[in-house]
Parts: sequence; structure tokens; C-alpha cells
Amino acid sequence: MAGDWQRRKSTSWRACWADPMLRDALLLQLGYNATLVAVGATLLGISAGATGTFLFLRKRALVSDAISHATLPGICLAFLLMVALGGDGRNLPGLLAGSALSAWVGLLCLNWLTRSTRLAEDAAIGAVLSVFFGFGIVLLTVIQTLGAGRQAGLEGFLLGSTAGMLWNDALVIALGGAGALALILLIRRPMTLVAFDPEYAAARGVPVHRIDLAMMGLVMAVTVVGLKIVGLILIVALLIIPPVTARFWTERSDRVVLLSGLTGGLAGYLGAAISASAPNLPTGPIIVLVSFAFFALSLLVAPGRGVLAAFLRHTQFQRRVHLRQGLLALAQGQRIYEPLTLRLLRQAELVRADGVATDIGRARAAKALRDEKRWEIVRADQTQEAAAALYDGLRDIETVLTHDQIAEIDRRIGSPQEVPA
Amino acid sequence: MIELAAREGRRLENDAIGDSPLAVRGLTVSYGQKPAVFSVDMTVQPGAMTAIIGPNGAGKSTLLKAALGIVKPLSGQVTVFGRPLEEQRARIAYVPQRASVDWDFPTRVIDVVLMGLYRELGLLGRLRARHKARALDCLARVGMRDFADRQIGQLSGGQQQRVFLARALAQEADLYLLDEPFAGVDAATEKAIIAVLKALKQAGRTVVVVHHDLATVTDYFDNVFLINTRRVAEGPVIETFTADNLQAAYGGRLATAQVDQLARVLG
Amino acid sequence: MSGSEFVPLSLTPLLIGILSAVACALPGNFLVLRRQALIGDAISHVVLPGIVVAFLLTGVIAAWPMMLGAAGAAVVAVVLIEAIRRLGRIEPGAAMGVVFTTMFAAGVLLLEQTDTSTVHLDVEHALYGNLESLIWLDATGWASLVDPVALAGLPVELPRILVTLAGVSGFIWLFWRPLKLSTFDEGFARTLGIRTGHLGLALVIVAAVAAVAAFDAVGSIIVIAMFICPPAAARMMTNTLEGQVGWSVVFAILSAVLGYVLAGYGPLWLGAHDAVSAAGMIATMSGLILALAARFGPCRSRTGAPVQS
Repeated sequence: MAGDWQRRKSTSWRACWADPMLRDALLLQLGYNATLVAVGATLLGISAGATGTFLFLRKRALVSDAISHATLPGICLAFLLMVALGGDGRNLPGLLAGSALSAWVGLLCLNWLTRSTRLAEDAAIGAVLSVFFGFGIVLLTVIQTLGAGRQAGLEGFLLGSTAGMLWNDALVIALGGAGALALILLIRRPMTLVAFDPEYAAARGVPVHRIDLAMMGLVMAVTVVGLKIVGLILIVALLIIPPVTARFWTERSDRVVLLSGLTGGLAGYLGAAISASAPNLPTGPIIVLVSFAFFALSLLVAPGRGVLAAFLRHTQFQRRVHLRQGLLALAQGQRIYEPLTLRLLRQAELVRADGVATDIGRARAAKALRDEKRWEIVRADQTQEAAAALYDGLRDIETVLTHDQIAEIDRRIGSPQEVPA
Repeated sequence: MIELAAREGRRLENDAIGDSPLAVRGLTVSYGQKPAVFSVDMTVQPGAMTAIIGPNGAGKSTLLKAALGIVKPLSGQVTVFGRPLEEQRARIAYVPQRASVDWDFPTRVIDVVLMGLYRELGLLGRLRARHKARALDCLARVGMRDFADRQIGQLSGGQQQRVFLARALAQEADLYLLDEPFAGVDAATEKAIIAVLKALKQAGRTVVVVHHDLATVTDYFDNVFLINTRRVAEGPVIETFTADNLQAAYGGRLATAQVDQLARVLG
Repeated sequence: MSGSEFVPLSLTPLLIGILSAVACALPGNFLVLRRQALIGDAISHVVLPGIVVAFLLTGVIAAWPMMLGAAGAAVVAVVLIEAIRRLGRIEPGAAMGVVFTTMFAAGVLLLEQTDTSTVHLDVEHALYGNLESLIWLDATGWASLVDPVALAGLPVELPRILVTLAGVSGFIWLFWRPLKLSTFDEGFARTLGIRTGHLGLALVIVAAVAAVAAFDAVGSIIVIAMFICPPAAARMMTNTLEGQVGWSVVFAILSAVLGYVLAGYGPLWLGAHDAVSAAGMIATMSGLILALAARFGPCRSRTGAPVQS
């Protein structure tokens, strides 16, 4: 059984890349609906990535998880209501309106729990998420009992289903994504301010509360638009993964928004295209996995915040600290306890195998000690406060002060002292 | 591994660290790429009260936390009464900063003090009447006997600090390490805490306090350790707590007027 | 209702519901206090890929491989979250969001790529379980409780969740003091020589085991709801940890009983014919209890100063 699956998997992947279907899908040549889905997914990815950035910067990423799970009872109630009124329960705009309404109620519950009780936000998120979702499941089973088959469309909202999507539905999604994007462009400045420093924003006269509401409104809009494509369980991935990915590449918040929208859009487009190119490749999960691939790549190789870069920097930093400490100990005739320090000193040929300093070692040690003395003078001097703030035990004093300044300090210290061997 | 530790131990003993309650050698701790504490040596004198002072962000609390093994140092060694820290845990009591815990935690004052008996009670040791009596006695020593059954969230800042001190007292240690115990507490609490600490010193215990109020250093402490990322000076208050050393530690961050005022206090 | 109807059809699902709820609520108390409530959310999402992979490797739908697969996935998720949080310096919420959505997506994809038409393995089942189907067909009435032949036919989920609950309770009983200490004051706990990192990981693994055992019986929604709602409601009732754990057990049992009864009989009382999802109803009841406790509980508001981070 397992072997069988393996075989099928490998052939399907190979077929996938050789398949002209994927080429066509990437070039939007697979027909109207597939094209609309791809466009919708791209717009959704961009708006979700950009919106998610503001949530992420406010450290409230998982609020979106509560919001998305809270849509389920609204979808079911809207369905029941539309059926009760004699309409078609599966009318997409109607269902989306219902989902938005119950997501809003969920958000209100979340705010109430965190503001007026002792619960922390994470517990409140979990409570809202599970209870609303549980209630939604109850309603789903109620719908099932009304008549088999009629609810089939609803379960698609859990994981999204683009197969057999109607032209009208695809249009709603594409328009919704475009609308959310337009709104983001409109209020991106105040949102950045609020996300970055709410108090400063308030002092500048930005209506923080209203911007927060708009931010949550955007999250809701993205969720609702994404329901049909990726489903309510996975929509949070589109709101969380791209901002986290983008954060690796830049320290500037406006660029994080831009990059996040870009990777989100790219993941949406690639995911929709790959999914359209072969059967059994559900759109939502594929988009999420493409998104994660970008994330994993960034985590590893991004300069600055990436793991590889950070590891190299840390090792180098540790060596510098140990060498410097070792030199200072040599200069003051102190014993060196750390095996790593000794090893590094030996490798740099600053001490001999028996632990006695070499000539170069003595010279470097004397320089290190002299630099420490110079720093001491600088740090005790009020007029040098800016330079003193740069002291971290490692920085060469020449990078902070001019030759003349150092000469002046040396005059104050007096003549160089003999360094004990 | 064990051999190495033993050799290491011998070497440290030979190196005049002796039985210092707390000796730190070559300690460097960094958060990210900037060392908070750089290559610091410290030798605490037994049976005395030592203040660790220095400007904000000078690494005072970090030094204490690294000495206790709460944060991991980049390099350096710590010995407690001449032996590695891990062997001497039972002889150390620690009072963390008040703000480091969630005071909304569902527990009572007496329960917090009983936490100090953890090493004695172990996982399942029975909590007996004598343990409870000891905890109540510790609360009485800080003037909080009547608050034993209160929920900790109902206490004022000063009262919270006293409860933390009572918990440390319950540990019946030889070395007491306190992190900013006087920060944001009322005058009555400060007086009560210092009385308890002086009583500990009378009983031959060693007390190390991260301290921020320069005006009270000469009144409260025997020794002082000045730090600003590096060790600036260490020794008896009379010799070490000088305007020059303060200037060296605080640099531009201490106003000249303040230094002059302190100089007058110091005579 | 007579025993001949109640015992075979309702007794075992009810018991399994109660035991699952309590097994999750116990570690949930500590997760809520440690601001790790959403670990339960993450764990329950990654159970799906775990069981799918277990199925692909063994080719059979069997309890033990799936439990192992799910527990393995939970551990992988926790390790990944921790690694991403530390290595990438990302806040824990976002790290969790990255990991559990990705693993869930991988699970769905694997499931779609696999031919499971012959076996009962689908996303809906994973999400809301099938408590109602855990019936005891060999029972004929109350007398069956002492009949070894009938007892041999008990649904296997019952003894399994019983063992899990015993294990979870044992862990919390044994490590009560260090758990309480390190949850309240981690730095102080470390100075006492408590290995807080290991203890925290052990707690998460115990929670994962509870989640997997309960998930197997009742699906992942009850699991999240039971991790969080009863302890959160209990938080509003008392100011001691012992009291909180006690209340959480009471609330967990109450949610399970009310939810099961309302799901099974509520619709009949209203004139409908079919029962609704018991798992969903139990989650809903736990939410109602939380809402009532949050509105009227004697200790509902914050007392201490908020933590400074």
C-alpha cells in the first residue's frame, strides 16, 4: 500500500514538471475559471501578506486564527437563514456576509475576555477559536439532518475547494481581494504607525482605536475572501507566514509590508497554478506549502537575521570575546582558566604550548591593556559620552576616536608600562 | 569530564579564591552581539554586605543572574564557597526582581514562602506543621505574618518584596543574593528589609545586593562592587566608594552636581 | 431511560467524553498560566499529518501506529516551534502559526494524494471525531458492567483514555511542586536546581499525549476547547492553584455531560429526529460555562500588576 503510494507520488511529480499543464497554468492558459482563481489567489496572497504584517508587528498574529475559526457558525446560520427564506443556501455573497458577521462577534468576545477578565490573550484566542468552531460543527450536523447533499458546499469552507467553482464565485473572490488591497493602500501609513508604536501614533493624533478596528476589519475581509480558496483552517497561514518571511530580509517596516505582500502574492499565484495543473493537488494546502518553502529558505540563508549568518556571526563573536579576554589576562599576568580561550590564543600563536606568551602575544596584550586604559579615560569623561556609549569591551578605540584624541588620552595616562611576561 | 572538573576545581582552589562565598572569574555575558558584562572578576567577602552598583544597563542584574546560572554566560567561571555552583545550590538564596513574575498567579502568600523549602521537601515530601511554622516565622521576620492567607495579587509593591525576602529566608542559606530589593518600595519596607539583612550579617551570612540608590550605600553596606560592563572597582565602601570611582563607573551619566553631593556625603 | 438502552448506547461515549475532557483540562491549567494556551491548538492541528504519515508507513488503520504517529508529529511540531522561535528570533505566536498551518497543509495534501476510499480516514473525522459511534454493543444493561464476556467487548478507546488519564494525573501529582514553582517564577526555580527547560518540554509532551488519546476518541475540537475553556473558567472561580485545578475538573466533567446529553437528546426534545455533533456540543457547553464564569465568577478580574516582559 505504502509502496504503491510512493510510486504514484513520484510519477505524478515527474509528470507534473514535464506536464504542459503546469506551463499552461503558470501562463494562465487553463481556461477562464482557473485563470480567475489564480488571479484571485494572487490578490488574496498580496492582501493577506500585507494585512498580516500589521498583525505580526503588533504581536497579535494568532488573533487571526480566532477570527477565521469564528466564521464557521456564521456560514451555517446564513445557510439556514437563506434556506428558511426559500432561497438557495449556497449563495456565496450571502454565506460570506454571514461569516463576516460571526467573525466580528468572535472578535468582540475575544476583546471582552481580554479586557474585562484576568485571561491573557492567548487563552482568550483559544477559547473563542474552539468554542465558535465547535458550535459551527453542531450547526453543520443540523444542516446535514435537513437533507443530505445540500450542505456539500459548506464543508468546502473548512479546507477550501476551488474545484467546480462558479464563474460568479471566482469573480467575487477576485473583486474581494482587489478591494482589500485598495483599502490597505489607502490606510497603510496610519496602520504602520499604530503597529510600530501605538502611543506615539496616539500622540500624533492618529485614531488608534479606529485604525485597530480597520486592521481587524481587513483581517476579516481577507479571511472571508480566502474561505473558498484556502479554507478557514489554513487562511491564518497566509496572514502569518509571509510577514515572518519578509521580516528576515529587512529591518524597515514599510519594506516588510511590501515584501510580505510580494511573497504572499507569489505563493498564491504559484500555488493556484500548481494546483490547477494536476488532480489531487488541493489549492489551499499547496499555497501554504509554497509559502512555507519561501519561509524556510529565508530562515536559512537571509543575511543578517538568517540562521547561517547568525551562527557564523556568533562563533566569530565568541572567538573575539575569548581572544580579547585572554589578551587582557596575559597583560595583567592573570591565569587563564578557559580551555577555549587558551586554544584560541595558541592557534593565533599568541601563547606557546606551555601557556607562556610569545613576543607577538606580549605586544598584542600590551596594546589591549593600553586600549582598556584609554577607554577608561573616555568613559569617565562626560564630554566623550557619545564615544563612551559605544564601548562593549571589543571595539577598537581607533574606530571611535581620532589620532589626536588618542594622543591626548595617552598623555593623560602617562608613559607605557612594562608588561609582565 | 569528571576528571576535568576535578582538575578545574583544584586549580581554582590554588588560585586564592579560597572560600569566598561567591567568586566570578572572566565572566562575559552577551545578549546578541553586545556584551552586557565583559570579562568581569568579582570576589565577595564572607560575612559582609556587598552592594553591586552601576548605571542603568551596566549589567548589574545580568552579573547576578549569570552567577546564579539563570542566564548562560559566553565565557567565565563561577564558584560558590570554593566549589562549582551546581554543588552549592542549597547554600544560596535568591530574591528576584519583583516585576519578573506574574502577581496574578493563583496562589497565597504562605504558598510563595513555602516554595523556599522546595529543596528540603523534594517532589513528594510531606508538608508538616513545622514547615508551616517556619514559613510563618519567616513572614513574621519581615512583618507580614498577618498576610499569610492573602492572595499575592492583593499586595502592594513593598509587601510583595517582603514576601520574596521571606521566601529567601525560608531557604536558610549562607549566601543571599538580592536583585534591586529596594526598587519602588515604600520607606517602611526599605527599613524592614535592611533590618533583616543586617540581622543576617550578624548571624555570619553573606549578602549581595544589586543596588541603585547611591545615597544609601555608605549606610547600608560594608563592601561595594562598581560595574559598568567591566568591573570598575571592588572593595570596602570607605576605600572604594569614591568620587573618582563613581565618575569612572557612571561617566557622563552622573551629573557633576550629583558627584559633588556624593563627595560631600563621603566627606 | 432504561439501563438496557443507556448502557450500550450512551454509557461508553459519555465516559470517554468525560475522561478525555479531564485528561486535557489537567495539563491545560498549566498551559494557560504559562501563556502557552495555544500549544493545545498547535498540537491538535498537527495530529492529522501524524496519523496520515503513520497510515502511509504501515498501510493499515490501527490504533497504536496512529497514536505513535500523532504523538511523534506533536513532538516534531513543538521542537520546530521552539527552533524557529529561537533561531529566527520570532515571537512564539507567529512561530506556532507557521508550524501548525504548514504541517496541517502537508497532512491534507498527503491525504488527498492517498487512496483512502477504502478506509475511514478523512479530515472531517479528524476535526470532530465520532464520539457517538463508540458504543458498547455487547452490553445488555447495568448487569453487563460485571459480566466479563460483555466487558471484553468494550470499545478499545475507553481503556486507552483511562490509562492516559492515569498517566497525566500521575505526572501532575508527581511534579506538582516544580511545575507550580517554575510556572510562577522560572528564574527562582532555576536557582533551586530545577531543570525548567526539561520540565516545560515534559509538560508539553504530556499535553500532546492527552491530546492524541482524546483526539482519537473525540476529534480535535474538543481537545482545544478542553485544554483552554475549563482551566480558563476555573481561573475566575478561585485564587489558589489547587482550587483552580479542582474547578477545571468539575467544569470539564460538566461540559462533557451537558454537551453529550444536549447533543443526543436536545434535538429530540425540540421535535427533530437526529442528534447533532456531540464533540461540537461539548465544546459549545465549555464555552458557555466560560462565558458565565467570566461574567459572574468571584475572581474574574485581574488583581496583580501585569507582567513586564
